[in-house]
Amino acid sequence: MTRIAGQAKGGDAKKGDATDAGVFTRRALLLGAGQLGIFGALAAKLYRTQIVEGERYATLSDNNRISERLIAPPRGRILDRSGVLLGGNQTNWRALFSPGQADAGAVLDAFAQLVPLGDAERARIERELRTHRRFVSVTLREFLSWEEMARIEVNAPDLPGVVVDVGTTRTYPKGPALAHVVGYVAPPNDEDVAEEPTLGLPGLRIGRAGMEKAHDARLRGLPGAVQMEVNAGGRVIRELDRQEGTPGEDLELTIDAGLQASVLGRLGDESASAVVLDARNGEVLAMTTTPSFDPTLFNSGVSQAQWVEWTRNRRTPLINKASAGLYPPGSTFKMVVAMAGLEANVIGPKDRITCPGFLDLGDTRFHCWSKHGHGALDMRGGLKNSCDVFFYEVARRAGIDRVAAMANRFGIGVDLEIELPGARRGLMPTRAWRRGHGKAWNIGDTISCGIGQGYIQTTPLALATYVARIASGRALQPHLTRRVAGVVQKGGAPDDWPALDLPERGLHLLREGMWAVVNEGGGTAPGARINLPGMQLAGKTGSSQVRRVSRNQREHGFNSAKLAWEFRPHALFVCYAPYDAPRYAVAVVVEHGNAGAAAAAPLGRDIMIEALTRDPAGQPAPAQRVAEGQS
Amino acid sequence: MTAARRLIRAEPSFGLLAKLWRLNWALVLLLCALAGVGYVALYSAAGGAPEPYASRHLLRFGVGLAMMLGVGLIDIRWVARLSWPVYGAAVGLLVLVLRIGHVGKGAQRWLELGGLQVQPSELAKIGLVMALAAWFRRASWAQMGNPLFLVLPAVLVALPVGLILKEPNLGTAVIVGLVGAAMFLAAGLRWWAVALALLPAPFAARFAFDHMHDYQRARITTFLNPESDPLGAGYNIIQSKIAMGSGGLWGKGFLQGTQGQLDFLPEKQTDFIFTTLAEEFGLVGGLAVLGLLACIVCAGMLIALRCRNRYGRLLALGVSTNFFMYVFVNLAMVLGAIPVGGVPLPLVSHGGSAMLMAMFGFGLLMSVHVHRDVEFAEKRDG
Repeated sequence: MTRIAGQAKGGDAKKGDATDAGVFTRRALLLGAGQLGIFGALAAKLYRTQIVEGERYATLSDNNRISERLIAPPRGRILDRSGVLLGGNQTNWRALFSPGQADAGAVLDAFAQLVPLGDAERARIERELRTHRRFVSVTLREFLSWEEMARIEVNAPDLPGVVVDVGTTRTYPKGPALAHVVGYVAPPNDEDVAEEPTLGLPGLRIGRAGMEKAHDARLRGLPGAVQMEVNAGGRVIRELDRQEGTPGEDLELTIDAGLQASVLGRLGDESASAVVLDARNGEVLAMTTTPSFDPTLFNSGVSQAQWVEWTRNRRTPLINKASAGLYPPGSTFKMVVAMAGLEANVIGPKDRITCPGFLDLGDTRFHCWSKHGHGALDMRGGLKNSCDVFFYEVARRAGIDRVAAMANRFGIGVDLEIELPGARRGLMPTRAWRRGHGKAWNIGDTISCGIGQGYIQTTPLALATYVARIASGRALQPHLTRRVAGVVQKGGAPDDWPALDLPERGLHLLREGMWAVVNEGGGTAPGARINLPGMQLAGKTGSSQVRRVSRNQREHGFNSAKLAWEFRPHALFVCYAPYDAPRYAVAVVVEHGNAGAAAAAPLGRDIMIEALTRDPAGQPAPAQRVAEGQS
Repeated sequence: MTAARRLIRAEPSFGLLAKLWRLNWALVLLLCALAGVGYVALYSAAGGAPEPYASRHLLRFGVGLAMMLGVGLIDIRWVARLSWPVYGAAVGLLVLVLRIGHVGKGAQRWLELGGLQVQPSELAKIGLVMALAAWFRRASWAQMGNPLFLVLPAVLVALPVGLILKEPNLGTAVIVGLVGAAMFLAAGLRWWAVALALLPAPFAARFAFDHMHDYQRARITTFLNPESDPLGAGYNIIQSKIAMGSGGLWGKGFLQGTQGQLDFLPEKQTDFIFTTLAEEFGLVGGLAVLGLLACIVCAGMLIALRCRNRYGRLLALGVSTNFFMYVFVNLAMVLGAIPVGGVPLPLVSHGGSAMLMAMFGFGLLMSVHVHRDVEFAEKRDG
């Protein structure tokens, strides 16, 4: 490099440099201005976000951080008439798992070491872990024992994400004994939640059957709400606000749990039902159905196998036979026919009808249960002997519509307005009903109805009501609710019910006939006699065929006891006591028990003795008992 | 003895004290203030504790400050001589990282060097600025009009941009490309050339979108409509905007930001650190930080303008534009104005590598300032 060249080029460069410096300065200022402009734009965007749209974002921020949760109110208790707990709440400790960062498989293994998990249970947990959202916890196990809980708490470091949480579950201390009356609760299904969103509350159960369902709204109470600040992981940081809900109201039933238990014990292994009413006001003191089921199983969901077993069982454990089991009343229906005849004036109290053992109508012969006939009988005698021919004739004279009207007045074939969901009204046929089916009423149908067979269907509850109405002369209705939230419900006093509007003389005749059935020589139910002073029992037996007996069978010495169980006649017995001052009305139906006198009447008598000896007159006053139960 | 040598010798004595006196203490103060903002934000991001972010942040800034002052004292001509080696090393590391680098958080690649995590793309930004400054230092106005003269610098830009794209790290690649473009412009690129370069831009964008990775495309589509996937890819943007928006004018107060404190805000100690500030200190605090950042950029541009040698001018402009690009991409991202891109806010976000490289850049800026009156020996090829 020479000096000259350097100088020349240097001079050149200097000139270029000067130009370049000018260009650079301009361009740098341009770039700088552009950058400041962009800072201005960012500031404007910040202003827009924080001031113009600030309110909207503030709301969104609160939505993020504030989680409102409803709290399930404690469900009201269900008590019997003296304060014995029939349905209550029990603390339920359960293990929940929210996986978060933890390795779910390892935690489950560690958990299974402490609390054994079945294969099905583990499969369920893994399925829920897959399907649930990240923040929603999965129930590992409910109903933890103290010991299991302690084991989990002690080993907490090995179980990240596992928490023990307390909820409540419904308990039924009397279990199967009152399963049909008290009912049960179950988690709400999707349809329920769609209708009433608060049902979606975790741990909330709704009444699915029995009184739990009938009074569900009042038992359930009103949910409370709690406002919590949560973090992005859904973890609660602190509670902001809390509004307690209203606990459900306590429900006191008319049921006497002690009587219920002894009635159930007396029914034993039969497929049967017995109802005990207070004959003065219609309070249901006992309503039993055998066999029964364990209502607590519905709490956490019934297994498929258990469900199949229940529904396939021909003794129908899930059906409340007392209010939804339908049976022909058989001979227990004869008081209705008698009263219908008296009121229609087609027979007088002392008028006699001769029974030769059968009644011929056209070319059809209707047999009396007594092959040889009863001879000439008045109404009292007809009831006492349960003579079929006598009541064939009365029914024929009165006509089916009058018989049906009388049956309805006694509570048969009408809606008794019992609280229980699924209760059935049964069927009391009339000409109009038959026409509705497009068929004509035959006189033969009337004859069958005369002895409570044919189309007539009734429930044990209706039969008990019927007897209570005969005994009291009042149009009382059976009911199960005694008090709600401590307030006495209407229907507890005899005067709450109107008189039956039937002549006392006629009713007296019916009572006398029923007394004779049990207490007179030649009556059909001598085995039901109670030999105690002031406890005389009046009753009526019944055996209702479930299958027509052909002439051929009858002529060849038919014996129903030899039939297969499901073809044997039902055995029925209705009664009330004491005869002179009616206090209790009882109806017993033994499914396929064959003969009312043999299978049902002794049960009815024993139940009645139990009811009479448990009379509250000899026991502490209910108010006192309630106080004891609560202390 | 050449004229160039005499020129250097003719300068006044340039001792250490004089150099220290010539340091841009205003810039040092601004940087300290920014790091202080970072300390406050990271203290809050940790839920009101110096651990694990804030105290380490302070330590790193201390180290970075020392390094900056050290670099600032290096003669600018030495710096100029280091341009090519630094650029070469940066490109070498970029190649290396593609071979043996670790992939973390999507695709930002880093190397493990003696326990330090190094992102070569950070070095590449500084290296490119230095190399371009070195090349354009000698460019005359006439040469800038000669397309052949521009081929090499274009390659200098394309090389790191291509390698970073391959990592793949779109955000950084775009920043590097734009910083390079700014330097072309400052060096005196003709306007017709600018127009010519912008013409194919839409096609390039289309091409880029078609060749993007799925996560990158997801960022762009969720950017256009964040509510389409509120729990997935759009979550960050939505939560960031909610946090800032709910801050209002005065903010929710220090440590009172519910979005940040309750963890709704993701990556609040790194990319979304500004959101934490804007939530807790509101528009007032946000604008203050924005003003501080603008002051730093302006200080850098002023250093460029006051410098009397061309290398220093270009270097200072490149370094401050680089800082500006970082700030812009990060803020625009958290404000939801451009797609999310994994770019931290320099000196505020938690992270060692970014902090040290930023401070290294400011060190270069400082060197330019200290040696603003130094003239280079005109050693022309010939």
